[in-house]
Formats: sequence, structure tokens, C-alpha cells
Amino acid sequence: MRKSLEKYYRIERLPHIWCPGCGHGIITGAVVRAIDNLKIDQDKICIVSGIGCSSRAPGYLNFNTLHTTHGRALAFATGIKLANPDLKVIVLTGDGDCTAIGGNHFIHSARRNIDITTIIFNNNIYGMTSGQYSPMTPKGAYATTAPYGNIDRNFDLCKLAQAAGATYVARATVYHVPQLIKMIEKAIMHKGFSVVEAASICPTYFGRKNKLGSPVKMMEMLKDNAVTIKAAEKMSKEELEGKIVIGEFYEEVAPEYTEEYMKIIKKAQGVD
Amino acid sequence: MKMTNKPVLMQGNEACVEGAIVAGMRFYAGYPITPSTEIAEIAAEKLPKVGGKFIQMEDEIASMGAVIGASLAGLKSMTATSGPGFSLKQENIGYACLTEVPCVIVNVQRGGPSTGLPTLPAQGDVMQARWGTHGDHPIIVISPSYVREVYDMTVRAFNLSEKYRTPVILLMDEVIGHMREKVVLPDPSTVKVVDRKKPDLSKIAKYNPYEDVDGDGIPPMANFGEGIPYHVTGLIHDITGAPSTSPEVTAKLISRLMKKIYDNIDDIVEYENLFTEDADAVVISFGSTARSVARAVKILRKESKKVGMIRLKTIWPFPHKAINELPKSVKNIIVAEMNYGQLIETVEASSKGRHNVIGLNKFSGELISPDEVIDKVREVLKNA
Repeated sequence: MRKSLEKYYRIERLPHIWCPGCGHGIITGAVVRAIDNLKIDQDKICIVSGIGCSSRAPGYLNFNTLHTTHGRALAFATGIKLANPDLKVIVLTGDGDCTAIGGNHFIHSARRNIDITTIIFNNNIYGMTSGQYSPMTPKGAYATTAPYGNIDRNFDLCKLAQAAGATYVARATVYHVPQLIKMIEKAIMHKGFSVVEAASICPTYFGRKNKLGSPVKMMEMLKDNAVTIKAAEKMSKEELEGKIVIGEFYEEVAPEYTEEYMKIIKKAQGVD
Repeated sequence: MKMTNKPVLMQGNEACVEGAIVAGMRFYAGYPITPSTEIAEIAAEKLPKVGGKFIQMEDEIASMGAVIGASLAGLKSMTATSGPGFSLKQENIGYACLTEVPCVIVNVQRGGPSTGLPTLPAQGDVMQARWGTHGDHPIIVISPSYVREVYDMTVRAFNLSEKYRTPVILLMDEVIGHMREKVVLPDPSTVKVVDRKKPDLSKIAKYNPYEDVDGDGIPPMANFGEGIPYHVTGLIHDITGAPSTSPEVTAKLISRLMKKIYDNIDDIVEYENLFTEDADAVVISFGSTARSVARAVKILRKESKKVGMIRLKTIWPFPHKAINELPKSVKNIIVAEMNYGQLIETVEASSKGRHNVIGLNKFSGELISPDEVIDKVREVLKNA
């Protein structure tokens, strides 16, 4: 780690709990690098998480950090942001945390277009509880609760976010780190609800259950399976099967929730 | 308290919001549910006028989460609900207990279980208020009987939550929430308001968010964004806020959480006695039930029946003192509650066999009437 980045970590709390080969450290590092590039005051940042492997990240980061209940990070974050709109609020969440138990909060935060950046650590599995299928586990994949293969259809998180009203939506992978950092920077600076899905790897549970080989092999799979939005446009549905489309899907300037609420205050007080 | 305002006809739910704003509430998150909805409606109207924030969240769980988040960001926060919503909030209420985030939860009780009787009164959440969230935890639950008292108790709920860094539950019921009474509210400038204790950075080298620096069991609380970044987790944590599974850290944290409430029980517990000095029978009640009991006891005293009452203003922690200090003349305790019999078990435990403890219960969505109290007292005294 660059010496200049150390101030962003609670060094005394390392080593982290993630397994060898886990992609989550790369995403956490990307978040830190994005913040460093943006030169935002550490105390003006609040990082909120739910429950799961991803949600342990804030504990290692030296900001105002809140490790909440399962799926509820966005609900807590909404309270923080509305109470103090000066804070940059970033939610770090996992695929299960965000799209299963927290799915309702995700779509409603997007609908409100509240200025919160949500970064989804998508490893396609519940890692903390050792390998159950999530709403992002691909159909046909194996998990400890899908011993005969998963029959659930998985979400396309970026489509979901956009349909629900998010005003910045992007996806990268833990192989495509420079792009990931740039997207996180843009998401943080975006006024409104921004979503960055970071495709991660879980060699311990998803990898083992699906016989994907070593962490290096899984990283190579991310590289091989990633296609840009532009390339994807020219591909058929069949050709896109198993691919990860990366890039910026959507960006829109739209009224932001806390700013709209400030107008309500003025209206109620009769000052405008 | 100086009374400067004119008498007004006010609903209990309205008095709750009035009290909350005077106590310093500047954030409300809620979800519509009968019979508490007026609290959200009035908060939506009044909060922006004082620069506060109101948000209707997507569900009850989210409301509780937003309330905790807003409190951490420095605003005094409240939510209101009823039985089904209260159940949904429980996980995050436990989160607020463990992370010591001040907040107020109003439960305007209705008949249950499940959807039950949405528009009718009950006192069936006495035990849910105490033990609704999982794990060992203390909780403060206070219960008003009059509209004017709703105002005072809402202020008190905020004050207790700020003072002890704990969620406080204001346990109302449909009757108290929807009843309109003539009230005279105090001049807001005369109302005592307590704010959370902040860390004094001139006295400490490093801020540990869960360090009992003052020895009172209540760590000073910094708000997010005020210059001292720190970590908050619902995991068992050490004084720095870092997760821990150490048996010592765990036992110490849980003990401190309990002690900060139980060591201050005399400050927290409030109850009212009426005619207990020479009573043979004492009726214990709370909330709207206590109104019927008060009337019944006064009527019975005119007939020279040796009956008194205790009105619990604090339900949890349970005021054992109220039972222990009863005179020897008291042979019978009647516990009147609009449920199948919840608080009675705690009264029995508190009495330790010293009294004949009898329940007066109604769970039909109707109030316990003064006549029913009178009949029960007569029956008990006849059998005595």
C-alpha cells in the first residue's frame, strides 16, 4: 500500500477477515483511491454498510463508519444524509445484503434520488454464512443451498437500479481496477443516487462449489468474460450468456432528494 | 412550570408531536399505520417549520434505521408506529440499544396479535416493549394516561434517551392517541430539555466512542461529521468501537449497558400512588386503563372501601419499589390491563408471595370501565 493511503485505514484493525484470494480488498482499495483522488475531507465522509463479507469493509476504514443491520445500510444512510446533507455518504454492500434482504431500500433510495453512493461488492454468493445462493447467483450455479443447481433467475443489478430511478449506474470488476476507481470517483461526485456494481470473486465458496479453480483463474475469468457496453450492443442474447457487461450504463441530472427537502423547509417557513 | 398558553382541545397524537418538537426533535421517519398515523402527518407539517426533517420511508424497518442514522448525524429523532410496525422495528431497536444511539419510538397500541384490531385499543405490547428485540438489553418504557401527559412524557422520552444514550419507548394506546382533551401547554422556554453528553477533547487524548470516561456508564457521544471519525457496529465491540468476541469485552459491555439503566432506576422510574396508605386492595394500572381505575377508586373510597391505586408512568424498568413500599395493610393487588395478563407476571414476581395478586383483564378491543374495576375490587374484598 502507498504510504500516503495509510491515513484512510485503521491499520491497527488489520489483518482483515477476508479469505485469501477474495476480491473485496480490491474494491475497498478502489474506494480509498477514489476518495484520495477526490481529496475529500475524511470527516466529511460517512461510510455505511449492512451485514456480510462486504459490509466488514468500513471497520477497516478511517472515516465516520457505520456497520448496520442486514440489508438496512441504505435506510440508515438515508437518515444520515437527510440529517446532515454536508456529509458524503457511501454505502458498501453485498449482493445478498443489497438485493435480497435490502432490496426494498435499494429501489426506494434510487426512486428518491437521494445523494448516496452505493457500491455493491458482487461475489454472487453469501460468503459470510458460507456459500448460500443470492439473488445475484447465476441460474444453474451451485451453492450450499442449491446443491442441485440454482433455479432462481438472477437480477441484472444495473438494470434494476436504472429502472428504479438511480441517476448514475456503472459496473466494473475487480480485474478492471482503474475503470472501477474512475467510476467510484464519478459516483461520489454525482449529485443523486449513484450505483457502482463491482463484480468480485469468492474463491472459497462460489469458486469451490462451482469448480472454478484458483483465485488467479477466477480473475482471468473476469477478464475473459467482461465485455464493454459498446461490444455488448453488437452481441446476441446467446452470446451475452455468462458475460459481464462493464461500463457506464446511465447518467442523468435530476432533482436530488435532500435539496428538494430544503425547498420544503423554505416553503413551510414561508420564505420563498 | 409556567403556563402561558391558552387551553386548547388537543388529541394525544398531536400532543406527542408538540412535546417532541419542544424536546428538540428535528428528524422523524415513519410509515403509515393506524392508530399512530396522525403523529406522522403532524410531524410532516410541523418539522420543516422549525428546520427539521420528515421522511416517510418505504417500510417500518427503514424508518427505524433512518431514525438511528439521523441521530448519529446529530438530530434528535423519533418514529411512531403500532403493534405490527413495532414488531418490524425490533431488530433495529436492539441495534440502537447496543450501539447506544438515542432515539424515541412511539407505539400507539392496538389490538393484536397480527393485524388484529387496527382501530381499537389494547395494552398487549407490554412484553414486546420489554423483550421485543433479541438478546440481553435494558429498555426504558414510559406510558401516559392523559393527553397533557403525552406532551410531558414525550419530552421526558427524549430527555431520558439523550441522557442515557438509549432508545426510549413511549407506550401509548389507541384511546390516549385519539382522545381529545382540554390541555394547557407550558411555555416552551420553561420546558427542561436534556442534550447528549459530548466528548470534551481538551480532557482526553483520544476519543474512544464506548469508553466510560466519566464512570457513570454513559460514554460521551460525538456526532458524525463533527470532526471525530469513529466506528459504530451492531457487533459486540470494545471501547474503540472495534468488533470483539472476547469474553471479557462482551461481559463488560453488556454489564455496562445494564448498569447505566439499573444504577439510575430512581431517576428513571416514575409512578403515582393514590389512597395506598391504609389500603387493603391496590389496583395497579397504566395508560388509559388507569383513568378508569382512578375513577373507580374514588367512587369506592366514598363507600369507605379501603382501596388504593398505583399508576405506573414507567413500566420498564419495572418499579419494584412501588410494590416493596406498599404498607402492610395491603393484602390484595389487582393488576388491571387491556390484555390477557402480561404485567401481572412481573407484579407477582415482585410481590414474592406477599400479596394475593389478581388480574383484571380485557382483550376484546374495549376499555376496562370504572364499573368493571369496582366490581372486581368488591369481589376481591368480599373474598378477602
